[in-house]
Amino acid sequence: MSASAEDSDSSLVVDVLARRGAFALEVALQAAAGHVLAVLGPNGAGKSTLLDIVVGRLRPERGGVHIGVRVLSDARSGIHIEPEHRRVGLLNQAPSLFPHLTALENVAFGPRAAGASRHDARADATRLLAAVGLLGYEDRRPARLSGGQQQRVALARALAARPDVLLLDEPFSALDVTTAGDMRMLTAETLRDSATTAVIVTHDVVDALSLADDCVVLDAGRVVDGGRIDRVLGMPRSPFVAALAGMNFLAGTFLGGGLLRTDDGRMLRGRESEPLRAGERAFAAFAPSSVGIARDNDGSRVEGESRLDAVVDQWERSVGGVHVRLVGALGADLKPAEFAALGLRRGEPVVLHVPATAVSVYSADGDASATR
Amino acid sequence: MSGPRWLIAPAVVGLALIVLPLVALIAKLDWTSVPAAIVSPEAVSALSLSLVTAAAATVVCIVLGVPLALLIARTTSRAAGVLRAVVTLPLVLPPLVGGIALLFLLGRTGLVGASLDAVGIRIPFTTGAVVIAQSFVAMPFLVIAVEGAFRTAGVRYEQVAATLGASRWTTFRRVTLPLVGPSLVAGIVLCFARALGEFGATALFAGNQQGVTRTMPLAIYTSFNGGGVGQDTAIALSLLLVVVAVLVLLAMRSWREDVGL
Repeated sequence: MSASAEDSDSSLVVDVLARRGAFALEVALQAAAGHVLAVLGPNGAGKSTLLDIVVGRLRPERGGVHIGVRVLSDARSGIHIEPEHRRVGLLNQAPSLFPHLTALENVAFGPRAAGASRHDARADATRLLAAVGLLGYEDRRPARLSGGQQQRVALARALAARPDVLLLDEPFSALDVTTAGDMRMLTAETLRDSATTAVIVTHDVVDALSLADDCVVLDAGRVVDGGRIDRVLGMPRSPFVAALAGMNFLAGTFLGGGLLRTDDGRMLRGRESEPLRAGERAFAAFAPSSVGIARDNDGSRVEGESRLDAVVDQWERSVGGVHVRLVGALGADLKPAEFAALGLRRGEPVVLHVPATAVSVYSADGDASATR
Repeated sequence: MSGPRWLIAPAVVGLALIVLPLVALIAKLDWTSVPAAIVSPEAVSALSLSLVTAAAATVVCIVLGVPLALLIARTTSRAAGVLRAVVTLPLVLPPLVGGIALLFLLGRTGLVGASLDAVGIRIPFTTGAVVIAQSFVAMPFLVIAVEGAFRTAGVRYEQVAATLGASRWTTFRRVTLPLVGPSLVAGIVLCFARALGEFGATALFAGNQQGVTRTMPLAIYTSFNGGGVGQDTAIALSLLLVVVAVLVLLAMRSWREDVGL
């Protein structure tokens, strides 16, 4: 199968304007053959509209959808291939196994519908059930499988139909944490082994990191960022992506020499992650773990460190410590002992100590990297 | 039982209203005359005609009613409301009125019947008319039972089947229909039972000719009114019809238990 993936005839290209009621989706994106593209975005960003476009439940008003040279939708010529003829598979949050069929019959459904003999379809299905670790469960009805097992069968069923492109819509969000972890690894391996072109729609950064190489970020029906995941998460260009990446995020004007004046007038020093012009609009990102908190501004200056005034909002447990949330979507990770020593109260003014080496400053104009 | 204790009284009266008439029927029965009555040529002819026509009407209801139910379940809620009301009409209409309406449609001078008559096709007072009358009154039972199940099942599984490459016909056959299987069987049984007991529309539209249109209910009516045999025969034939109906219900029960419902 990897050979056919190299031919790039299964790359998915979406370039559409589509409307659903008052909502408009205008996106251009591409999933390279044999690779997984993650689509990230907050609720209402247009993720499900995008899926409906690719699956064929919604016609684009302009533009089209292609897999390699195959036209799935094209607004200009009016071509619109029906969902059952698109060779586009879908794995949903809910497994939606056919309740009247056994696990094996569910997986064999696609091959049978494609005209495979009963024997061949069953052999195919058995092989795929084995691949998702469910040998011995062939004759179980969905009602007698756990949620995680059902989702494994659903994955096997989706792959058995040999789709050119597989869409995954929040596929692990209905599973408990451990099961989701197992399923995520299994899905990543299975997609890699079968060199399936796939698009995963998610708001879970771990899904994107585990399965995808590239990602696009949707917001309000538009692609606001895109590219390699490490780049997108490392240099977030929206508060949403910054929150996904778990980074503190400030927007402002670049003054030169690593210095950013934030929109609310604070000064932040960092490293320039890409060449910047003085006066250009820029963003800064830094990890909450790199930040220190002090109770008073003692007026002292440390070379290479910025001081930001902030107000304590609340705190919660983080891995190995306490994450202090500050008014204005900033945060600091403290060790429990540090936190105890500070004795913070809600609404209390504090000072953040931010080392310049921990701050990445980059251009707000992400178009250059978003179009790849 | 939850609820006020005194509710038990109307409940018992309600049950009695259903059971006591049947008890009275059996009490009145002259058992010695039963064997002769039910193997009489008239009875055998009426019962076999009833079974054949009711089965034919049930097939008609399945072939026309299942697509109709799917149409109602998948259309807009406003259109569905109107269609559902129309489909329910035969249920609330006196069957006699249904029979008259059928005559005005398919009778020799009827809306459509006149044209049919011109090409030599006469429907009223034939066995075909019996099947049409039975289909008319029994259709709502099947459509309502299946339509609700189609609506509950929704389009989720059908959409999944499409993403697996299944054509619409394959999806209908292998997903949509099996999902409503239990309701479909219940609808078929009710439909068959209703067709079996049909009297009013048949009497007006198909008449009462032995071997052609005299089904069990018409045979019972005929003998009860002293047409040849007498009331004992009527009672024995009634009992036979009750037994057939009970058997049909029991068959459905055991089937539903088989599939674990």
